[in-house]
Amino acid sequence: MSIIINPEKCKGCGLCTDVCPGSLIAQKDHGTAYIKYPKDCWGCASCIKECHFGAIALYLGADIGGMGSQMTVSATEDTLTWNIQKRDGTKDQIIINKKESNKY
Amino acid sequence: MQIEKRQILHTDILIIGGGTAGCYAALTIREHSDYSIIIAEKANIKRSGCLAAGVNAINAYIVKGNKPEDYVNYAKKDADGIVREDLLMTMSEGLNRVTDKMEKLGLVILKDENGEYVARGNRNIKINGENMKPLLADAVSKLPDVTVLNRINITDYIVEDNVIRGAYGFSIEDACAYEIRARKVLCATGGAAGLYRPNNPGFSRHKMWYPPFNTGAGYAMGIKSGAEMTTFEMRFIALRCKDTIAPTGTIAQGVGAKQVNAKGEVYENKYGLTTSERVYGTVMENLQGRGPCYLRTEGISKEQDESLRKAYLNMAPSQTLKWVEAGRNPSQQNVEIEGTEPYIVGGHTASGYWVDTNRQTTIHGLYAAGDVAGGCPQKYVTGAMVEGEIAALDMIRHLKKEADEPQKEEKEAFDKKIAEYDHFLSNQSGMFTTEALEEAMQKVMDNYAGGISTHYQFNEKQLELAKEKITQLTALVDELHAEDMHELMFIYELKERLTVCLSVIAHLGARKETRWHSFAENLDYPEKSDAWMKYVNSRYTDGKLQIIYRDLVGREEHYEHHN
Repeated sequence: MSIIINPEKCKGCGLCTDVCPGSLIAQKDHGTAYIKYPKDCWGCASCIKECHFGAIALYLGADIGGMGSQMTVSATEDTLTWNIQKRDGTKDQIIINKKESNKY
Repeated sequence: MQIEKRQILHTDILIIGGGTAGCYAALTIREHSDYSIIIAEKANIKRSGCLAAGVNAINAYIVKGNKPEDYVNYAKKDADGIVREDLLMTMSEGLNRVTDKMEKLGLVILKDENGEYVARGNRNIKINGENMKPLLADAVSKLPDVTVLNRINITDYIVEDNVIRGAYGFSIEDACAYEIRARKVLCATGGAAGLYRPNNPGFSRHKMWYPPFNTGAGYAMGIKSGAEMTTFEMRFIALRCKDTIAPTGTIAQGVGAKQVNAKGEVYENKYGLTTSERVYGTVMENLQGRGPCYLRTEGISKEQDESLRKAYLNMAPSQTLKWVEAGRNPSQQNVEIEGTEPYIVGGHTASGYWVDTNRQTTIHGLYAAGDVAGGCPQKYVTGAMVEGEIAALDMIRHLKKEADEPQKEEKEAFDKKIAEYDHFLSNQSGMFTTEALEEAMQKVMDNYAGGISTHYQFNEKQLELAKEKITQLTALVDELHAEDMHELMFIYELKERLTVCLSVIAHLGARKETRWHSFAENLDYPEKSDAWMKYVNSRYTDGKLQIIYRDLVGREEHYEHHN
């Protein structure tokens, strides 16, 4: 389980570094964030929700069935939109209304 | 590298761990008093603790038509009697109160047309719990005279004549050591993960049920300070979706999916329906050649697929990613399940500090709430909040009665603690790394103390070996080197886990029966016996872990410590 941070999209704001419940994300001298301890990621997606620039993606390690898909989130006040890009280029999108309870 | 700075801080109340219980305690203290608070948090309170990804439901709630007594009965039955009914009762009475408070803080709870919460079963209500922790943390950050110290790793209590005086720790970001002096301390550090070799021991080693960052700090500090602990032998093993280790309850309860084996036979009724029996049944089906096991989701509707995909994004997003990645929704493919490695966690089973009814530990002025507090299983999120509340109110009650004596600092003791930190920072890199010793510890626990590879079973000979090998590993810790403050935290996390491992081994050996399949399956004593309707407690004194057996505490009792 881990995340990847796209250095092209990262603006160095440090929000992901602050929020990580494992303190696993560090910043290089010029501010760009990177995951310092990739094997220690719990997969909670806190950093992904925090990032305003869609720079962080969640993926499944190959040891738990990962096949290269990446998941990012864009948040508005009322919604969380989860974008999943598969390795073959196809996309899936799931929009969650924050004001709506789980059905189960 | 060496410790370069030292900070000495004073407060009325120190809360160690800004998770669910700790944050809720802070809210309660400030609502009922003006006492100053320091929250020392290892990460950042916004998403730290069990609620990082969110939670799918409130699993401890007294739904309409039920009484708190019903919840106590349920938890008691699930733990086969080894619970503190006084703790369960006081917790159950507060569940709905803290839920109301969470709704006021902004938690979305599903309601019916009459404005009543919609129940999921007898004890659960439906919510959108994705943002539960940020809501709590936000409320805490608005409180006056509450100092949140993020990224501070607390390593030791300061205890004088069995009275708590504060704690020592260090920043994981800069070379600063902390001495925090307090009149009362609440330990809310959570339980312990990472003791046993996990389901996914390689790259995804932290894809586990419990927060991998909860490393048993609170238990270890208590053990080292001579606090009495209870029921460490009642380990918790979660039944989870394979690989992603995502929850199964949402599927089981949400769409009514049964546990089936590879032949498609429903096996759950064969073994019983308590939490441990559901795990045990799955283990047995696999052992008898009828694995893998699944939750039978094939044939559910498209709408149910969609609801499940959304529900998992709100608590365990990797499971939804897995379904999308596979190109098959649960309606098209049953969900494979497996048991996790064992954890020590007082919010699900009953391991933790031995506390009085007000959640004070056997160290005066030190309280425990949430997963670190024992005797009160099935507390979940709301129960942890109630415990934070109960502890907070009792701390206030005592503080009002007690004189505010000046807090004395002990320079010599702080110097000694800093020298201990410096030892690891200045050690030469040696043969062993922290990671290697952690792996070795997990292997020992797995092989000899009832891990996944031995189907959670053990015997006395194996426990002896486990003790011997964990003791050997503990001796190697002194040689470890920390390159920076973060690595220093890794060393202390390992030390905590090793301390907890020794207690787990001692407790597993001390209960000479098998009361809970899988959770504590002692092959030398495969039956359960009424003679064991008692608590197994322990206390570290004179360099040895002593086992103490105690009689069960009744529901109406107000339990106080007498020794």
